[in-house]
Amino acid sequence: MSADGKESKSGFRAWLDHRTGLDSLLRHTLDEPIPGGAKIAYVFGSGLLFLFLSQIVTGVFLAMYYVPSADHAHTTVAYITKEVTGGSFLRSIHAYGSSAIIIVLLLHMTQTFLYGSYKGRRELVWVAGCVLLALMLGMAFTGYLLPWDQKAFFATTVGTNILSEIPWVGNGLKELLRGGTEMGTLTVSRFFVLHVFVIPACIFAFVAIHVYSFRKAGAAGPATEDPVSPKLPAETFYPKQLVMDMGFATLIIVLLGLVAYFWPMDLGPRADPADTQFMPRPEWYYVPVFQYLKYWHGSTALLGILVIPGIVGLLLVGLPFFDRSLERRPWKRPISVGLFTIVLLGLAALGVSSYRQDMRNPGVAAQLRAQQEATKEFMNAKFEPELSGSSLSAQNVALSNPEAAKGKEIFEAQSCNACHGDNGVGTAAAPKLVGVGAKYDAARIAALLNTPSAKMTAGGMPPVQLKDDEMKPLIAYLQSLN
Amino acid sequence: MPQVEPVTQKQSGDPNRRSFLAGLLAAGSATVGALLAIPLVRFTLHPVLARTTDKSWSDVGKVDEFQNLDAPVKKLVTIEQRDGWRRTMTEKPVYVSKDAQGQLIVLSAVCTHLGCSVPFVEKERRFICPCHLGNFAPDGTLLSGPPPRSMDRLETKIEDGTLKTQYQFFRQLTHTKEELA
Repeated sequence: MSADGKESKSGFRAWLDHRTGLDSLLRHTLDEPIPGGAKIAYVFGSGLLFLFLSQIVTGVFLAMYYVPSADHAHTTVAYITKEVTGGSFLRSIHAYGSSAIIIVLLLHMTQTFLYGSYKGRRELVWVAGCVLLALMLGMAFTGYLLPWDQKAFFATTVGTNILSEIPWVGNGLKELLRGGTEMGTLTVSRFFVLHVFVIPACIFAFVAIHVYSFRKAGAAGPATEDPVSPKLPAETFYPKQLVMDMGFATLIIVLLGLVAYFWPMDLGPRADPADTQFMPRPEWYYVPVFQYLKYWHGSTALLGILVIPGIVGLLLVGLPFFDRSLERRPWKRPISVGLFTIVLLGLAALGVSSYRQDMRNPGVAAQLRAQQEATKEFMNAKFEPELSGSSLSAQNVALSNPEAAKGKEIFEAQSCNACHGDNGVGTAAAPKLVGVGAKYDAARIAALLNTPSAKMTAGGMPPVQLKDDEMKPLIAYLQSLN
Repeated sequence: MPQVEPVTQKQSGDPNRRSFLAGLLAAGSATVGALLAIPLVRFTLHPVLARTTDKSWSDVGKVDEFQNLDAPVKKLVTIEQRDGWRRTMTEKPVYVSKDAQGQLIVLSAVCTHLGCSVPFVEKERRFICPCHLGNFAPDGTLLSGPPPRSMDRLETKIEDGTLKTQYQFFRQLTHTKEELA
């Protein structure tokens, strides 16, 4: 704190600086000149970096309990959500964080676009930014499957099926991504590796390229500024812009925290590949694409799925190469600004029409409501720990109770096992009965057997009419299945 | 050096104000960071702090079959344990025996010395630990050898004619029975 403008360094700081050059690095970072001065409009980039860091931190902590396998993924996420202290909150921050990233990404891109900040030797900044957009969408796609609940499973089934529309290599790509022809435990492993190792590593690399090439070209300043040799008086990044950036980061985390606290992210019932009713709906940021794909089938699919998105993508990535003029003011660039607005409005319109289509079709609306109900019911149920594979089998335990042993004979005599599987493990035709005793008491099981619910009847479950001396052992057996 | 100077002069007149602001920002970030760390710490400590202490009762067998007991009989009880998000069911050996008053008791077969499984030796009419030859009477009382205390009795109850027990683990090498989680 000397008055001569140079900060006096204490022993340790000098020692560290001699070895790392930290001070000059810090000064270089903080003294970045911004032509025209600090502006709120510039906060989105650092906001994204902050959100990415938040995703890494929450992701690392979630991995402390998560197991990437089709057998355990859903149980472990349910455990995080229902049992672990603060687990629902952390998972919500992480899950909503992906939406926050997409929102801030759109704001960042729109700002860059409207200000013409990609002009004047800033091609690499823009291209790296486009790659980061794709990588972030990849993170959202791969992360969505990991909880292995109904919507995760079916949305990803549809999402990966789209790949097979690509001519020649499509099917191969799909199978490579899934680790087989069908979705299964290898799919979870692959998505986990992409989500946790591969894509984040790419993001680190492209953030480095993005930031480095941005600093090399320099901040572009307002839309009226010359993008190559700025003329407006510059202000350094520190302190004003830094304070604005930090304020924005605080706003983001406060908003995320409030949403996560008051509207925690839910988890649906465990994925049931045999379900033929389930209607997957993607996260909001994929809804426009989802709706768009509905319009293309048969011979036009190639055009809609490959050619048009290819052209739009090429126009987007190649923007600084096609648009070489140094004019930055948006009102002087009607064509590019017009195209950009049309694409944005088009996406929004697709999203709205998807939502309206769903609501207008009573069958679809009812099914979507039923799915929401099922999710709510699952969320309200107590966490059920998974019986470990090395445990005594349910069969042995059942047989130690003579009543249950008799019930097992009835279970087989009535051919319950034909659909519900031996020992009630479940088959493609009917759900598992293991754990049913924890869910319902004996009276409720008896009632359901006598008069199955509408859902059960729809699934092909006949009413079971037995005398009391047979019903009791059967229920004892069902209750012993865990 | 000459390149840095003009920049430094341009953006701030008063270095004291500048470093005060830096301190303020650092303190602010540290506070926010610490607040954000709270849920992370609680999340991490969950398995350590939230011990599941609920004990479950396991069936040993029908009371009738133990009525005319003249020597301890070995039974396997199924116990359920929570391990994070999963539960395991394992079988543990126990002995059903009678105390001096003729009441049914259930003994853990784990030796109080070093935790070997203790069998009842019919010929000698006593429990003899195969590891270090600790000897126990049929009701579990310590007779001789290195074990510090008698065999551990488990909690029992009789429900609908079935003898039930609460299987537990106890600390070895102590004179008094100390429960382990």
